[in-house]
Amino acid sequence: MMRLPHDDQNDNVTRRSFLKSAATATGGLVIALYLPACSKPEEKAKATGPVKQVSANAWLRIGTDGSITVLCDRSEMGQGVYTALPTLLAEELGVAPSSIKVEFAPPGKEYINNLLGGQVTGGSTSVRDAWEKLRMAGAEARMRLINAAAKDWGAPPQSCSVADGYVVFTSRRKSFGELAEAAAALPKPENVQLKTRNEYKYIGKPQPRLDTPSKVDGTAPFGIDVRLPDMLYAALAQPPELGASVKSFKADAAQGMPGVKQVLQTSSGVAVIADSWWQAKQARDALQIEWAPGSNAKLTNAAISAGLRSASSGKGKEVRKDGDAESALKSGRRFEATYELPLLAHATMEPMNCTAEFREDGCHIHVPTQVQQIAQNAAAQAAGLPPEKVFVHTTFLGGGFGRRLEGDFIPAAVECAKAVNKPVKLLWTREDDMTHDKYRPPARNTLTASFDSANKLNAVKIHLVAPSITSRWFPAAVAKGEVDPFAVEAAHNFPYDVPNVYVDYLQHEIGIDVGYWRSVSHALNCFTVESFMDELAYENKADPYEFRHAMLDKQARWQMVLETAAKKAGWGNAPSGHHQGIALMSGYDTYLAQVAEVSVEGNKLKVHKVVCAIDCGQMVNPTIVHQQAEGSIVFGLTAALFSEVNIANGRVKEQNFDDYRMLRMNETPEIEVYVVDSTEKPGGMGEPAVALVAPAVCNAIYAATRKRIRALPIAKQGFVV
Amino acid sequence: MIKLTINGQAQDVDVAGDTPLLWVLRDTLGLTGTKYGCGKALCGACTVHVDGAPTRACITPAESVAGKSITTIEGLSSNRSHPVQQAWIEMDVPQCGYCQSGQIMAAAALLKQNPKPSDADIDSAMSGNICRCGTYPRIRKAIHRAAELGVKEGG
Repeated sequence: MMRLPHDDQNDNVTRRSFLKSAATATGGLVIALYLPACSKPEEKAKATGPVKQVSANAWLRIGTDGSITVLCDRSEMGQGVYTALPTLLAEELGVAPSSIKVEFAPPGKEYINNLLGGQVTGGSTSVRDAWEKLRMAGAEARMRLINAAAKDWGAPPQSCSVADGYVVFTSRRKSFGELAEAAAALPKPENVQLKTRNEYKYIGKPQPRLDTPSKVDGTAPFGIDVRLPDMLYAALAQPPELGASVKSFKADAAQGMPGVKQVLQTSSGVAVIADSWWQAKQARDALQIEWAPGSNAKLTNAAISAGLRSASSGKGKEVRKDGDAESALKSGRRFEATYELPLLAHATMEPMNCTAEFREDGCHIHVPTQVQQIAQNAAAQAAGLPPEKVFVHTTFLGGGFGRRLEGDFIPAAVECAKAVNKPVKLLWTREDDMTHDKYRPPARNTLTASFDSANKLNAVKIHLVAPSITSRWFPAAVAKGEVDPFAVEAAHNFPYDVPNVYVDYLQHEIGIDVGYWRSVSHALNCFTVESFMDELAYENKADPYEFRHAMLDKQARWQMVLETAAKKAGWGNAPSGHHQGIALMSGYDTYLAQVAEVSVEGNKLKVHKVVCAIDCGQMVNPTIVHQQAEGSIVFGLTAALFSEVNIANGRVKEQNFDDYRMLRMNETPEIEVYVVDSTEKPGGMGEPAVALVAPAVCNAIYAATRKRIRALPIAKQGFVV
Repeated sequence: MIKLTINGQAQDVDVAGDTPLLWVLRDTLGLTGTKYGCGKALCGACTVHVDGAPTRACITPAESVAGKSITTIEGLSSNRSHPVQQAWIEMDVPQCGYCQSGQIMAAAALLKQNPKPSDADIDSAMSGNICRCGTYPRIRKAIHRAAELGVKEGG
């Protein structure tokens, strides 16, 4: 069975066993029966009966033994929500985050992400959405506990305080555990006050991640690690051509192989169910399947590029219009450039998987997902059950990056479990994962600018051409012909002081599904805009930093990160033979600038250093902010240098890490991250730093070689990396 | 039946001899700390020690390690006390954490063989291990830190 990762972190006594109520997370006063816990000796002595778990609200359970459990309603995929979100509650409750037990929340309307309208972990929204909500939940619970104690003591509530799990008044104290039931019975407190910034004990201070211990000893339960009694394993054959389907198959050979229980046609291919996954995979490879071609049978990269090229002569939907760029571009010195970006795979380290089981109450899925409702609905449809009969148990995610916003890997597991009436874990191979992704959209963006007679930038036109992810993933959001907001990021907010700016987006579909990929259109458009700004600087014989800086006098936060990055990187003072490039962006309410330092000898490129300056507003956990920036830079550099998905006859050529190359330890530059102190509300940090790497590095390559890279990846542009 | 010695315990496993060690560990024995990433020794997520040497379990037939001493992340220490685990905690290395068992096993093997590795030594020992979250800079720091903490025991 799965172990709770955080369970044994603070006690080395036998871990608690419990009978868990399925209804604990729905809010209100819900009490679950737990068998005696034994976390601390003194509490063990006190425990006379079963420990009750009192739900203070949707996120917080207080045990009558004083234990505190926070339900984390966002998925942990490395970005730190398992620590950051409980920290918000802990701060207001006055308890150390390290003393809290964390569980993942089930699907529930109280867990809707207000910034995205669903229970979604994405868009670097987790902390931004939770910032008021979870602190308020913690503060409300604190007030209830104080009111309960004050009532008991006949003391004025305003004279009571909380400390380390107790309500304190003069020399008296009562533990949260003792007060939990009485507190929950009290009316909702009024005038709940949040702590002020100078009262923070945990927010804004580096805190150890709560998931670290379980991630250094192998116990953190990922989806792939789920083990259930009598569980079988499945491997799935999917059509090699995207969009093809099963015409017929012969399973004779597979059926006779060791351990094989059943061969089953599923909604997405043919599955083999066996005693072990290796047996299932061997038998899957022995299936003889005839595929019926689909509409992509002749699709190639060249056709996709040609389609984008031909579409780009059209006019898109207006995204932004300042002044009159069209007229302004007719006069003055004009400059134009087109940038192309490739399809990319997510390549999470943990391949797609789902474990499904049918119990008396319905279908249970154990799944690394970024969207609990999509998982629930996908399973419900496959199970032939209403969604409320599907119970989603979210595991840790071995990387997400947007891939696990999709539900495509879920139905086959449910179909298998249903067919054999036993729990089934279905796991994709790395090759399945690489060839059946929802790829990052390609793009072809054309930018035009003109300088006036005083050599001042007078007009910029940004023409974006790419497929829309949202029109497939959440069509309602663009149903009225609205522009996909996730296609125009980092272009719509062009920050430079230019009198005439025009941005338009032309949606051009390419025949295959595209998906959200860490930083989404920021990565497409920041490369485009910041490469172009660099070109304009050189065109104007200006220093790329000074050129940008001079046009940001009205944009304090943008200008501040630009200055910080330049200063910390020693802009203009690179070591001999090294060259620098700079890029700037704002996304997810965060402002960033990066300076890359490269050398090029012959055609050999080396990226030596990336310096990143960030203003992400109030930080919850600086350690995680730094981790995310560092990791994003590696992620962005990987894509900039190497990544491209190639398609021939509707089939993805790249299969594994030998032909879809990942940045490795020896190729990783020195990374320096500087965070500007800020009292602004928190910005997102899971994604934005990804997007600046490509333009910063390409701008540095231009500084070194005077060769402008207008199509990624860099390794395909004549450089050896 | 194949006789394997895993984390000091002799085990008889009833699997086909060519079954990769990875799946014996994960599915037959329930030692799920060792991860599947690529199946072709390209990513290092499945790294274990075989007689102390870092080995990719995903391409190692079970029969080929019969009678040898196999250490997995579960056997590195019983309480995260191995210097590499301690250093990993101190340096806040993991993000999603999926590759970290393999990274830690590779680092532990390196340090056992070379207690004071240089950056170049770290590059050459660790470049077979992919981390998609990009924890490489922290892994490097943590290996240097683990070297300071001293590797006196472990796989």
